[in-house]
Amino acid sequence: MNHVPTPTTKRSSTDEFGVIEHVPDANDGDAAVLRTEELLLNMGPQHPSTHGVLRVVLDLEGERILKATPHLGYLHRGTEKLAEGKTYQQIVTLTDRLDYVCAMTNNFAYVRAVEKLLGVQVPPRAEYVRTIVAELQRISGHLFWLGTQALDIGAMTVFFYTFREREILIELFEKLCGARLTYSYYKVGGVSDDLTPDIIAALRAFLKAFPDKIIEYNTLLETNRIWLARTKGVAVISAEDAVSYSLTGPTLRGSGVNYDVRKAEPYAAYADVEWDVPLGKNGDTYDRYYIRLEEIRQSARIVSQCLDKLPEGPVSIDVPGITFPAKERVMVDMESLIHHFKMACEGIRPPKGEIYCATEAPKGELGFYINSDGGNHPYRLKIRSPSFVHLGAFDHMARGYLIADIVTIFGTYDVVMGECDR
Amino acid sequence: MHPPAQSFRERFPDAVIGVKEAFGELTVSVRNDRIVEVCRALRDDPEWSFDFLSDVSSVDHPDAEERFEVNYHLYSIDKHHRVRLKARVSEEDCRIASVTSVWAGANFMEREVYDLMGIEFVNHPDLRRILLTDDFDGFPLRKDYPTEGRGWRSTFEFLPTTEGPVS
Repeated sequence: MNHVPTPTTKRSSTDEFGVIEHVPDANDGDAAVLRTEELLLNMGPQHPSTHGVLRVVLDLEGERILKATPHLGYLHRGTEKLAEGKTYQQIVTLTDRLDYVCAMTNNFAYVRAVEKLLGVQVPPRAEYVRTIVAELQRISGHLFWLGTQALDIGAMTVFFYTFREREILIELFEKLCGARLTYSYYKVGGVSDDLTPDIIAALRAFLKAFPDKIIEYNTLLETNRIWLARTKGVAVISAEDAVSYSLTGPTLRGSGVNYDVRKAEPYAAYADVEWDVPLGKNGDTYDRYYIRLEEIRQSARIVSQCLDKLPEGPVSIDVPGITFPAKERVMVDMESLIHHFKMACEGIRPPKGEIYCATEAPKGELGFYINSDGGNHPYRLKIRSPSFVHLGAFDHMARGYLIADIVTIFGTYDVVMGECDR
Repeated sequence: MHPPAQSFRERFPDAVIGVKEAFGELTVSVRNDRIVEVCRALRDDPEWSFDFLSDVSSVDHPDAEERFEVNYHLYSIDKHHRVRLKARVSEEDCRIASVTSVWAGANFMEREVYDLMGIEFVNHPDLRRILLTDDFDGFPLRKDYPTEGRGWRSTFEFLPTTEGPVS
């Protein structure tokens, strides 16, 4: 905690925290006046509710927040600079470490951007598998949010329930690609592994049991007076402000703005299945909770429709210079060995040009801007991460609330600092 | 999807330098001293209604006459179309007007460009480094900045360790 120095210490206007107005203290004036002053409170970078390392300096008047200044960058690893020195397929592993809670959608957003640059169409089965996995990731990401948000504001039980289901999904992902968190499952041209019959069976069993679990979470919270008191009317943002601050995902839709990249610019198999975009009315944390819960239902709906329609065929294109040849062929076929060698050394060479490709990640619009000079690594790669943009609205949304609400306001965006600081 | 390229030339005959269509995207090059005016018109004109600023990014071309480009990715929530505005700035006069008065969300995005590429945004309300520390020297996303850094880290003082190997 940083208290403001004694009022005799004059703060200059160039001070990091801006000008602090001081009420004269008891010695230099009316001794009967109670001394009031603004208080600076430092929160973080180590704080359990920030889910990472975020530091916020709060200007307080009593318990009320006058101004909240986020200080980012504690997790900055220079991903964009690193990407300029890596080949296109190597960057997939960097994207895993952006939003490490939802690595699958990061992979997806990145490979979509590269495919747009290459002009590649992936096989229909790959589109469906990608949709299924991305929606499972959305379910697991929202379950993670729900559990931790409830934990942060005092409802501990929900955490155990949501993590129970999240564990099932993580085990499915482990069966699918061998990793539990950093998957690198999507690759340019398709996905690395196909869904096996036992994964599909496990998935169907999960989908059958899942609707009851959602009801379970909701009964824990819907009529919970503490949950209602701490989320209703907290972190409110109007629709106009939400658009002006470039908010996306459930944070934007909570204010009633109908913008979901999956509907606005359909990709993968989203146009082939039926689903709805839930919208909020009041733009508060409760509406965002409602939306995320509803999105989980919609995701489950998308997954089960995709499983029913799942076409047969390969899950990746097989084009030398874009994908690695199958390992079995590399062992026996000279040409495949050469292609493999060239892919490992040189990688993909997309044409010269620039693209911006937006994907709906669980947290909002995840965009990749790639500027290619025709070489085998991007000339410039820019990641538009929803968490970073959302924190831009943090000050606006925190003003006027109490210190106790700060934890709710952090959580309302579903911020992950790995993605924010990159 | 993007609006017809010709409409930009017609509406801003002297501000638009070039229009390019590639990969299904539209890139409109704008004179750097007219960027705020163009952005405001694109947001307010119902023909476009670009109410949403997706992203602000920058690219460094060390050999070009105007070294840096600033890219604005705009989107219209009603009309579902996108456009990329591109403005070039030179190394000597590395400044461009801030669009924070048009979209509040530009605040952090422009701070990031300033932090990593060193482009100054004039009239920005709070132009400070955002991801790097305040005492960081240089702009790492410039092409002349080495990926491994410039040796700053080796000058850090570390806490003294216990003498000899820990048993």
